[in-house]
Amino acid sequence: MSRLLGKFVMMSLPDRPLRDDAVSPGGDGERDDSLLVRAKALTKRFDDQLAVDGVDFGVRRGEVFGFLGPNGAGKTTIMRMIACVSPISDGGLSVLGMDPRHDGPAIRGRLGIVPQEDNLDTELTVWDNLVVYGRYFGLPLALIRERATELLAFARLDERRDSRVDPLSGGMKRRLTIARALINRPDLVLLDEPTTGLDPQARHLLWERLYRLKREGVTLVLTTHYMDEAEQLCDRLVIMDEARIVAEGSPRQLIERHSTREVVELRFATHEEQEALLPRLAGHGERIEPLGDRILIYTQQGDETAAWLSGQGIHPDSVLVRRSSLEDVFLLLTGRTLDE
Amino acid sequence: MSDTFTTLADAVPLLRVTEREVRIWRRFWHTAVLSGVLIPLLFLGALGIGLGSLVDDNQRSVQGLEYLVFVAPGILAATALQSSSGDSLWPIMVGLKWMRTFHAAAATPLTPGQVYGGYVAWIGLRIMFNCALFLMVAALLGAVPSPWGVLAVPAATLGALAFAAPLCAFSAVQDTDIPFPIVFRLVVVPMFLFSGTFFPVDQLPNWLEPVARITPLWHAVELCRGATTGSLGLAAALVHIGFLSACIAAGCWYGVRAFRDKLAP
Repeated sequence: MSRLLGKFVMMSLPDRPLRDDAVSPGGDGERDDSLLVRAKALTKRFDDQLAVDGVDFGVRRGEVFGFLGPNGAGKTTIMRMIACVSPISDGGLSVLGMDPRHDGPAIRGRLGIVPQEDNLDTELTVWDNLVVYGRYFGLPLALIRERATELLAFARLDERRDSRVDPLSGGMKRRLTIARALINRPDLVLLDEPTTGLDPQARHLLWERLYRLKREGVTLVLTTHYMDEAEQLCDRLVIMDEARIVAEGSPRQLIERHSTREVVELRFATHEEQEALLPRLAGHGERIEPLGDRILIYTQQGDETAAWLSGQGIHPDSVLVRRSSLEDVFLLLTGRTLDE
Repeated sequence: MSDTFTTLADAVPLLRVTEREVRIWRRFWHTAVLSGVLIPLLFLGALGIGLGSLVDDNQRSVQGLEYLVFVAPGILAATALQSSSGDSLWPIMVGLKWMRTFHAAAATPLTPGQVYGGYVAWIGLRIMFNCALFLMVAALLGAVPSPWGVLAVPAATLGALAFAAPLCAFSAVQDTDIPFPIVFRLVVVPMFLFSGTFFPVDQLPNWLEPVARITPLWHAVELCRGATTGSLGLAAALVHIGFLSACIAAGCWYGVRAFRDKLAP
């Protein structure tokens, strides 16, 4: 296994220089050779609907970069533009130093794609899925067989080698899709909602496999609407809402920059009770966010706030003191929760 | 077989899509051979020999030919076209929508146009194989008097692709498979019956005859019959080949665009 991943390290550190002329200049003069993806004012329109509205971002070599946002925020469209299966409408995009408008096949030859919807070949066995996919890249059969053996071990599917795809569990299918995406030893792997629809156990196994790729230096770009997934996996991420990027940074930076250290969550038996209490909280904590089913008090010292509440004779059904998360960042930036 | 094909597909990327089909076909090749032999035996037995004996007793000949000799190239071209229609309807929906395997292929260096082209090439390959079996059976039954008959295999394949190439494009732009049975009932079956397959088109009502003459199947039947009987002039052959090639070219033009719209919007 380490042999396989060792090769990934080599593959993900090519010595070819990235071309800079492929992207239209954005004006800020930022030129970083370690950027595998660079977007400047990247825009996508479908008819008159704006799916991606002038976003700027860069993906550095070796990092896990995430797009966090609710469904419909434009994450998948950005992934499809990076994967050169959706032409850009406006702005500039450079992938692996090449221009997706002209170099689609060359770029796709060095990407690994894990789509949101499984598109495994159910007419083929697990093994043949890898072989046929490798052949789409024009790889010789002997090389494909060698890699497929290693990848099935990596995906923990060696026992299912001759099985058809249909009987596999959701987690197995997703791991097979990831294994398939690695058959060409990609420089960059794109994962669109990699754990959506998986049970917690399958999610954790998948995360563990992705960590492993990350440790070996493979550059990963993923989209998710799970804030815990973004916190767990991403070195850096952007938060998207309504076709735009609303914040960018590491999970820690985003929380420090946009939220307080702690949050006190109050839940009440009835909505009326919650409404009645709201005016009494004014001025406490740094910010109060009333939601449909609870009130969030953003504060630096959660325990002090909880003690103050109790001192005031305020006794909600439940009081929870917790650390701020990316979910809070999203709420504070957009006024909505991620699943709204 | 597969290793030879692999070598070919290394040089021509779109054949890597064809290679996937070959890989699946290889698992069922004996079934394919069996049905490839059985279909001409059934058709030629029932129509060429059964019905043909009645025709020959009463009329002695059709266009100066024994009925078996007349009908065999018609059935060859018609079964090729019918079989290629099946390949051009639901499997396209499977690849683009239901199983999304064409999307998987388009995430590799292959382009949407190559995915379309590779699949159409597969239809051609499979049809050619079936036509070769058909022709062998027909020859054994005495239905192929001329050595030019071997050219009926590429002729029937050309005819099948002249219909399949545009039909794959049509299937690609459909949102559901609801129109597919209608295509079969209202286009494929009437064409199968009335394009000079079982009787000459000049037997048709006057208003219908010109319609029959602009179907790809009529041109394919004329080419095949000309080949198996050795009676077709070069000029007429070129007209038929030109018509069928134009249908394929138009189908490819439309198909490449339809696949691009679906796979890389």
